[in-house]
Amino acid sequence: MYQRLREAGYTQFCYVPDSGHRDLIELAHEDAEAIAIPLTTEEEGVAIVAGADLGRARGVLLMQSSGVGNTINMLSLIQHCAFPFLTLVTLRGDFGEQNPWQYAMGRAVEPALEAMGLITLRAERPDDVVPSVEAAIGMVNPGGRAVAVLLTQRLLGAKKF
Amino acid sequence: MPRSSDLRRTSALAELVDDPARRLIVSGLGTAAFDAARLTDDGGNLFAIDGAMGAAVSVGLGLALARPDRSVLVITGDGEVLMNVGALATAAVQAPANLSILCIDNGVWGLTGAQATHTSHGADLTAIAAGCGIATALTVASSEELAQGRAALADDTQLTFVRLALEPEPPEPYPFDRDGAAIRRRFRDALAPAR
Repeated sequence: MYQRLREAGYTQFCYVPDSGHRDLIELAHEDAEAIAIPLTTEEEGVAIVAGADLGRARGVLLMQSSGVGNTINMLSLIQHCAFPFLTLVTLRGDFGEQNPWQYAMGRAVEPALEAMGLITLRAERPDDVVPSVEAAIGMVNPGGRAVAVLLTQRLLGAKKF
Repeated sequence: MPRSSDLRRTSALAELVDDPARRLIVSGLGTAAFDAARLTDDGGNLFAIDGAMGAAVSVGLGLALARPDRSVLVITGDGEVLMNVGALATAAVQAPANLSILCIDNGVWGLTGAQATHTSHGADLTAIAAGCGIATALTVASSEELAQGRAALADDTQLTFVRLALEPEPPEPYPFDRDGAAIRRRFRDALAPAR
């Protein structure tokens, strides 16, 4: 997945960490040609990706579902200015979730993102992941859309408590 | 935090940023957008945000990282910086030498009735910026300090934060294009490809 993103010209990897994104984050840090950007809150990543586009570069935001709630007003920047936008979201509060704290935001991710104008694609199984990310890359550039790929809990597995 | 009583917003900005044409400028919402539009005559090197409060520093960071060959200036206010103060810490981690942040700190939310912000109650944004790890963080609070502030903003060898501390004045609107898709296209079209 990382290689696909790099081949598509993505150089700025913004993240608030999640275990589901651990490999991507490590690869971005190890890559001298890419920039790994840890955030204090996910909304910074929305604005950084917009700034990268102004400079004719490409960025992607990696976050978990709880972070989606932190981005909502900042996504008005994406919608109002028609920025192409790609985010990869690891979804909690879904298939088999055992932590009751995760349900409120996890269940709201798709309606909230869609309310802010994003298209959501769900990857439910391992062989869904690369095709979903590839589809999203094309929808963002050249498609010009704002797209979230949801890496679902069925794919990532529910944490046991 | 002490504020200048002798600095006037429009003239102080024109002295601090005496080379707006060479820069890529991102402004935050509200009166900062008026200021940036006045400095650039709403030109193609300006991306003026008039919503998405808290975006300006981060948009400037993404732009500066994308275009290390260009000098990027963020013009914002104390209200917006306070909303996303962590953006200063994120900028400090990356520390792009070509990014400068100019925060006009008048201690009020200017367009909503001049309610006092936290900087009127003691929050020191220069100390916060320095504490986040921004190497050059300084306050301009008198006309004697304008030259130092101008030099810091013109220095493209390190990440810079300048707080312009002055008393609130009535907002002086300046027209600028609020069509987001149009200004995105305008900005990208005006930008020569990276060398």
